[in-house]
Amino acid sequence: MSAVPVAPGRLTADPVLEIRNLSVDYGYDENPVHVLRQASLTLNRGEVLGLAGESGCGKSTLAYAATRLLPPPGLITGGQVLFHGRDGSTADILSMSDAELRASRWQDLAIVFQGAMNSLNPVFRVGRQIADAIRAHRPSVSQKEALERAADLLDMVGISPDRLRAYPHQLSGGMRQRVMIAMALALDPQVLIMDEPTTALDVVMQRQIVEQIAELRDRLGFSVIFITHDVSLLIEIADRIAIMYAGEIVEDATAQDVYRRPRHPYSNGLLHSFPPLRGPRRELGGIPGSPPDLARLPSGCPFRARCPFVFDACAHVQPELVAPDVPGDDPRRSVACLRHDPDRVAAAGFTPVPVPPELALR
Amino acid sequence: MAVETSVLTDTEDVATDATAPVAGKRKLLFLRNGKAITGLAILGFFAVLAVVGEWIAPYDPSAVSPDILQPPSGAHWFGTTHLGQDILSQVLVGTRGVLVVGLVAGVLATVIGVLIGVTAGFVGGAGDETLSALSNIFLVIPQLPLIILIAGQLPSAGGLTVAAVIAVTGWAWGARVLRAQTLSLRKRDFVEAARANGERTWRIVLAEILPNLTAIIAAGFVGTVTFAVLSQITLAFIGVTSVSEWNWGTILFWAQGNLALQRGAWWWFVPAGLCIALLGMALTLINFGIDEFVNPRLRSTGLHARTLRKRGIRPRIGFTPVVHEAKEDRS
Repeated sequence: MSAVPVAPGRLTADPVLEIRNLSVDYGYDENPVHVLRQASLTLNRGEVLGLAGESGCGKSTLAYAATRLLPPPGLITGGQVLFHGRDGSTADILSMSDAELRASRWQDLAIVFQGAMNSLNPVFRVGRQIADAIRAHRPSVSQKEALERAADLLDMVGISPDRLRAYPHQLSGGMRQRVMIAMALALDPQVLIMDEPTTALDVVMQRQIVEQIAELRDRLGFSVIFITHDVSLLIEIADRIAIMYAGEIVEDATAQDVYRRPRHPYSNGLLHSFPPLRGPRRELGGIPGSPPDLARLPSGCPFRARCPFVFDACAHVQPELVAPDVPGDDPRRSVACLRHDPDRVAAAGFTPVPVPPELALR
Repeated sequence: MAVETSVLTDTEDVATDATAPVAGKRKLLFLRNGKAITGLAILGFFAVLAVVGEWIAPYDPSAVSPDILQPPSGAHWFGTTHLGQDILSQVLVGTRGVLVVGLVAGVLATVIGVLIGVTAGFVGGAGDETLSALSNIFLVIPQLPLIILIAGQLPSAGGLTVAAVIAVTGWAWGARVLRAQTLSLRKRDFVEAARANGERTWRIVLAEILPNLTAIIAAGFVGTVTFAVLSQITLAFIGVTSVSEWNWGTILFWAQGNLALQRGAWWWFVPAGLCIALLGMALTLINFGIDEFVNPRLRSTGLHARTLRKRGIRPRIGFTPVVHEAKEDRS
């Protein structure tokens, strides 16, 4: 598995989207479900950031909360989502007014939804639907110009421009998905959020679309947040991967580091739940147990009940994202595990336990 | 075996213990909705009046007295008519007729509407065509003239007769809406899955489809009750039904016939008019309450409307509300 070639300097800090301490609750009653607890994530310009984790761990919630698209009874209870424009301006999406938010959507930050191929209106031709999206934001553009732009966009995602006059039912699932990607790129956004864009497609189509996104990214220079539970796909497309567990980000590192040198026991478990295509054979093991109930989270580390490296401090101290306690590691990566955080363990009055060799691979 | 059963019963006990308080709470959830409570309170007030109205009425509503056309006073709280009849007594005694006709007509029309609408939507084909044609015919019949005709022809057009006539002419709208919704529901995956499970048709209709129609049925019921009350009052007002049987429409009939407005006798028609408006409002509020309660997505919002207002949250799709309540101490 080879990663998409990373242009030198791509990972230098030039953030386009900074999510800081974002908290989300579901439910308006006295005991809501805390689905996201102070998650922080930075997306750099031109980067493909993968969000991975089990179902229900908050991947989609994170993306929808950052764009304020969570339906009721979702409620953002704190944090900031800073968007840095091309001109150097910074705006907090969470404090935007409705009008600002509406103008910013699609223009700055476009989304390809889960099952996006059903997002097309069946009674309109696809060309018109793309043109509508353009004209909604740029009313000065004529319908003819918008349709020409739509044709370019379709060409860009590998669909013949004469398909502009096709109705959604005349296109295959993969083509509809590409139309949605074309539509997302219509206003040249800086951030593209893709929520499991390939889940409903076969592997061949998945590969084509993923390659297309990578190629378009290199050409147009937008950033991508790619949400999926398919870690192997992510390792291939993403520059950086954030692993989520029970509403928290537990590891954030480059794709190759996550794949070859996982530092969190949960990332390690995820990587051992699918077979590698190349390289030495390794033991295939799942992760025992199931994720905790987000309405009644245990104290300390949320992963401790399933963790093979659990020790006494895990039940009492809540881990925070810190640089892993492995000499020679990339200083930009971070992990939320007490095995890597002897200072916090000692401060809470427990005896630190060294990092197990499985989590300190070189 | 014995061990196994004991284990099974144990877990069952635990399960019921854990869910029992929740289930108890859920039954009362509907009553925690402000709109529903207000509506039910007003409706309950009128229901009590309907039962005890005849006994607590201070005078015989038809009894003539020398106090002619008196404005409200201590002796006659709502004043008197041109014959010296006590209007408060007329309103109190008239409540029963209004409520009985409204409820009977509402229940009858809803039952007919559900039977015909859901059947038409679910069976499809020729049956659907026939039943649809039937409801279409009833839809285009001008209701009020027909009610006037039938009520006028019947020898004793009492309350229940009027209710039956209103129900027979007023069910088609509900059936139409229910048929459309059933058509959409029966193609959904969960109905297909139920069919694939081997569930019987009647079970699919009762257990899978009807719960999804609750809001529409309730809305139809409340709408029909309102329509029935108004129709009955209209009939009484224009003098088609017996004018000696007291209801709010009869009061308005006499008020109109004796030029109450021109004489400035506002107390003659205002109480009955207000009662009609209040009853209509109560039914509408109950309808809102049902709507918010039946839809699980709206339920939380409806239940916590007050706290949401206090916290400044306006739940909308597409613009997630933001409150800065969570601690923000992480680096």
